[in-house]
Amino acid sequence: MPEVILRKTAFSIEETFHEGGPVSINPPRRAAAIAIIQNPFAGRYEANIQGFMEDLKPLGLRLAMRLVEMLDGADQIEGYGKGALVGEAGELEHGALWHAPGGYAMRELLNDSGAIVPSSKKVGGVGSRLDVPITHINASYVRSHFDSMEVGLNDAPKANEMALILVMSTGARVHNRSGGLAAQEIIGKDGLR
Amino acid sequence: MNLKIRKIAVNIEETHREIGREISPATRKAVAVAVIENPFAGRYENDLTVLMDIGAELGTLLGRKCVDALGITPAEAESYGKSAMVGENGELEHAAAILHPKLGAPLRAEVEKGAALVASSKKMGSPGQVLDVPLGHKDAAYVRSHFDGIEVRLNDAPRANEILVAVAVTDSGRPLPRVGGLTHADAIGEDGLR
Repeated sequence: MPEVILRKTAFSIEETFHEGGPVSINPPRRAAAIAIIQNPFAGRYEANIQGFMEDLKPLGLRLAMRLVEMLDGADQIEGYGKGALVGEAGELEHGALWHAPGGYAMRELLNDSGAIVPSSKKVGGVGSRLDVPITHINASYVRSHFDSMEVGLNDAPKANEMALILVMSTGARVHNRSGGLAAQEIIGKDGLR
Repeated sequence: MNLKIRKIAVNIEETHREIGREISPATRKAVAVAVIENPFAGRYENDLTVLMDIGAELGTLLGRKCVDALGITPAEAESYGKSAMVGENGELEHAAAILHPKLGAPLRAEVEKGAALVASSKKMGSPGQVLDVPLGHKDAAYVRSHFDGIEVRLNDAPRANEILVAVAVTDSGRPLPRVGGLTHADAIGEDGLR
């Protein structure tokens, strides 16, 4: 299978102190990692693409490790998500190759991460933005942790590229008060509750 | 204390390849942003001292965030820039008050020296709008390889009564500079120009 040709990496971290309400004593943080790589299948229909997932594993781990470092350690992380933005000479299906290497890289580094990693993907031009969903790492129904982070770069993805994205968060929305399953109530066995 | 920060964001970009060529070491840029309350939103205020003082605090805070994000020593910083985008209930002059009188000196302390003028931009804006932060060499403004910029935007800022303040720092110039002019290696760095 083709090698991973990396053009660019970008990392964002956001810390929210308040959103018009009381200032948080433990401000939630979100971080995103983006890798811009060449799409080895751009410009043609290729039937057999699954081998590339294996090639993407080291990149997944590299991005996940950087996010853990940016957020001060695996024990700080409570939410995650992933996404792919495929340049116009590729197809949506190429973005789906990121599911396994992106998701499992994060779950490998995070304890009690039984929940499915939510994701979004689309085909887009240079400068496209992607809203990457975020949910609790161990119980998808935790309502306080439903969130998202917008990512994108002005110079990517070019037609023959893909942007592969991982996102992690350290806690609930800053003024969460919409009820539902609370993080401290989860059972943590089925990834849902 | 007049500085009321709602949010801080830091972005880093690393370029490993450009037009098919490997860039080693990768060129790296960081931009740090604070979303602050505009104390003068919705009214004309003649005396902008409060915003000038806020600028001084942000010069330190945001400059340090960039240097930390790049994982470099202050001396290893090569270029810098500053920008502000004012939410719709403010005025352009508010951006000028934050950026120009007092932000530069503490920023220079964070990147060591900083003999050159800090390149800047300012605009009125709204949540999700793009702010392009210009970049220039920190000690010699004529260094041509370091003229650059970095884009920043936050989907939720600046709200009407807020100001988005950005500082950018790099440890390198453009990935493949070849338009001549003064080089980083030849810069003297005393008069801020050459």
